[in-house]
Amino acid sequence: MARKVPEINSSSQADIAFLLLCFFLMTTSMDVDYGITRRLPPPVEQNDEDVKVKERNVMNVMINKSNKLLVNGRPCDVEMLKDKAKEFMTPRPGDESAPETETKTFDLIGDVLMTKGVISLQNDRATSYEMYIKVQDRLASAFNEMKNELSLKKFGKKYIELNEEQTKAINEAVPVRVSEAEPVDYKK
Amino acid sequence: MAKFRKGGKKEVPQVSTSSLPDIVYMLIFFFMITTTMRDVELKVSTPLPAAKEIQKLEHKALVCSIYIGTPRDKNLGTESRIQLDDAFATPDDIATWIQKERDSRNPADIPLLTTALKVNKETRMGVVTDVKQELRKVGAFRINYTTLKETKK
Repeated sequence: MARKVPEINSSSQADIAFLLLCFFLMTTSMDVDYGITRRLPPPVEQNDEDVKVKERNVMNVMINKSNKLLVNGRPCDVEMLKDKAKEFMTPRPGDESAPETETKTFDLIGDVLMTKGVISLQNDRATSYEMYIKVQDRLASAFNEMKNELSLKKFGKKYIELNEEQTKAINEAVPVRVSEAEPVDYKK
Repeated sequence: MAKFRKGGKKEVPQVSTSSLPDIVYMLIFFFMITTTMRDVELKVSTPLPAAKEIQKLEHKALVCSIYIGTPRDKNLGTESRIQLDDAFATPDDIATWIQKERDSRNPADIPLLTTALKVNKETRMGVVTDVKQELRKVGAFRINYTTLKETKK
């Protein structure tokens, strides 16, 4: 007769499992990173000719070393920046002081009146990162609001509810035109 | 009606613990799958700024992080330093570091590689600009300013 193998006592299995559980609980980090995603422009050659951009097409945003904003030469509060950017980027044909406009045709949405405006962002080397992010954030929210408005008009849906193709079309019709100036060394 | 009444003391049956290991194993598997091991030891302190218009940073495998902030070791002063992997670095080291990160990944994924800038909010933009210039030189154009979610005022 074969000998009976004694059964392994499994009452400690739970303890072992708990030990492992504790280990993974400690080492896990569930934090998801969030952030503002941007694309850097490719480097320019030193002797690059200046690209002529008409003055009315540019909104200059400058942040100085004490974190104060200057929009087109006038002091401005950060909270006002979103409305200013939105107002600037909204096409107003016929208005001489506003940026030039053109009509472009896109798939899915058809003709869209677009502005040629560009927001130029310039900062000092001593500007704090927090302020810079704040400005970037406000500009982003201006563009996102415009995207939202256009998608509500064209698709009757909010921007985040659109499918991939529609999102792409809206992104093309409302490009995020924030250009960061080449860093200038003011110490010289 | 006495017929249906059970005689004697009523005893509460013991809760069976035999399924306890199974439950715990289930939890273990959950944590094993969701866990990502912390891969760098932070040498700089980086309290991040907050922003509203933020996107989730997807594909963590395609993200490499640059930390900029004041050193945690008080003996090293309060000047903002750059940390790549586990060591302090200067902007000049970024090009070689990016190359190393690219080599360790699938060639098809290289254009999708995102550089996450985890920068202390007190940092002056000078350092950040230097880093950005270096990234432009080596063609790492996709960047992400990692921020916290701004809570409603």
